[in-house]
Amino acid sequence: MSKMVPIPSPGMLPERDADKAPILEVRRLGIDFGGLTAVDDFNLTIGRTEIDGLIGPNGAGKTTVFNLLTKVYQPTRGTILLDGKDTAGMNTQQINRAGIARTFQNIRLFRNLTVEENVLIGLHHEMDYRSVSALLRLPDYWRAERIAKNRAAELLSIFDMQDLRYAQAGSLPYGAQRRLEIVRALATNPSLLLLDEPAAGMNPSETAELMENIRKIRDTFEIAIMLIEHDMNLVMGICEGIAVLNYGRIIARGTPDEISHNPAVIEAYLGKKDGEPNA
Amino acid sequence: MLFISQLINGLQLGSIYALVALGYSMVYGIIMLLNFAHGDIIMVGGYIAMLIITAGINPAVAVVAAIVGCAVLAMVIEKIAYKPLRSAPRISLLITAIGVSMLLQNLAQLVFSANARPFPSTNIINAANLQLGSVQISVSAIVTIAVSVISMILLTLLVQKTRMGKAMRAVSEDMGAAQLMGINVDRTVSFTFAVGSVLAGIGSVLYCCRYPVLTPTMGSLLGLKAFVAAVLGGIGSIPGAMIGGFAIGLAEVFVTSIGLSEWTDGIVFAILIVVLLFRPTGFMGRSMSEKV
Repeated sequence: MSKMVPIPSPGMLPERDADKAPILEVRRLGIDFGGLTAVDDFNLTIGRTEIDGLIGPNGAGKTTVFNLLTKVYQPTRGTILLDGKDTAGMNTQQINRAGIARTFQNIRLFRNLTVEENVLIGLHHEMDYRSVSALLRLPDYWRAERIAKNRAAELLSIFDMQDLRYAQAGSLPYGAQRRLEIVRALATNPSLLLLDEPAAGMNPSETAELMENIRKIRDTFEIAIMLIEHDMNLVMGICEGIAVLNYGRIIARGTPDEISHNPAVIEAYLGKKDGEPNA
Repeated sequence: MLFISQLINGLQLGSIYALVALGYSMVYGIIMLLNFAHGDIIMVGGYIAMLIITAGINPAVAVVAAIVGCAVLAMVIEKIAYKPLRSAPRISLLITAIGVSMLLQNLAQLVFSANARPFPSTNIINAANLQLGSVQISVSAIVTIAVSVISMILLTLLVQKTRMGKAMRAVSEDMGAAQLMGINVDRTVSFTFAVGSVLAGIGSVLYCCRYPVLTPTMGSLLGLKAFVAAVLGGIGSIPGAMIGGFAIGLAEVFVTSIGLSEWTDGIVFAILIVVLLFRPTGFMGRSMSEKV
């Protein structure tokens, strides 16, 4: 794990990423739902190969941030620069093509499709042949199909799931469904992968394995990963930078060590101690 | 022997219902819309074929023009009438579909008048009936069944094996997730309408060959019956629509053949009521539990 160093623009990056432009720069991002401000003044910089954590109490706005980054919600204000390019005006599909892929807190696989088909959906854009070719079984269909299927098997092997490729996605055990969601997201060839509670519902040994795999994905694909997680062992164990969100605002940003000693964070999670004067 | 000719009759009618029901089911599967304008698209296809044949142009051109015309019309309707309502409540979409249906019927009435017009069916399929022993088999029935079955096989390959088919199934399961995986939802929905209407165009020509009379409102009863077929099979399910179509066609022909011809429409809608009462998901339908 490399040390965090300050960079010229506001924010911190892992030392090994410091000489490269950050993959994501978010400035003063905010969204209002009617009169309610769900996220406000959200600033974040993520390095090319950084593993970053977004934590905070329930209802703090973490998933809303993911929904803003992927344009499920259009931000009310602020800018999101992906690889230096402004994403204003893009829709979710364009964001995915530009390099952000994600998983969901409540698993959203295509349950009636097979495991392999779920991954092939992610590879949709890498298969270029026309439907006519497919119906007539022209050679370019077979070639594109074969390449895509090999690629799918390769991706599934990250989680040792290649033998499950003909199983129906909805029939997989819970943990395997979470892993398949990550594979499907990886298939879209992202440069930033957003994981929404990847360890939810996993037991400690599964979580430990997941941590290993998240590191492995980062190392193999050389991409940035941002995750929302409540499992503090996971967050403290693999994240290089952590942002703490409360009531839609970042209340702390730093390394795991800094965050675990930050009084504002402890207060947000545990509340104020009795008898202490209000700050 | 009468049974065999009636069976073939029923399969002929059933394969037409199946083709039309597929369009209902696919569109419902992807944007949860009961596209009540689907039957009227068939009517337009019939008029297109009739105009081209009576102009003296090759009937093959007429068939292709009817199919392409139906597909283009459906894509235009989707773009203008349905797409702006994608995030609106489903009831608004439904009402819009009924409005589009009325618009098409009344436009056809303005252009072609309300009088029935003959459809030059003999220009498309012109063959005497086959006599196999004591059984008389209509060639047009055999052609209809063959064309429908081939279309359904191609559709199944398209949906199961191609990139676009996978995208269609993904969008129909979870539009939001599909979009986040980089699927172009607008294009996929438009493609679904086009495919459904290509089948409708084929169905339109086949239907007009069986009942060679064109009226501006001919699509509404055909459309409703195909809708019943789709519900019977399980709306949203492609194999369901095929099974439902054949079931309705056979039911209609057998009701007629036992001498209750004035009851056929009644029986079809009675089937709808029974299905809705006892098995609202149809033969192959997905469970109706709502996503939260």
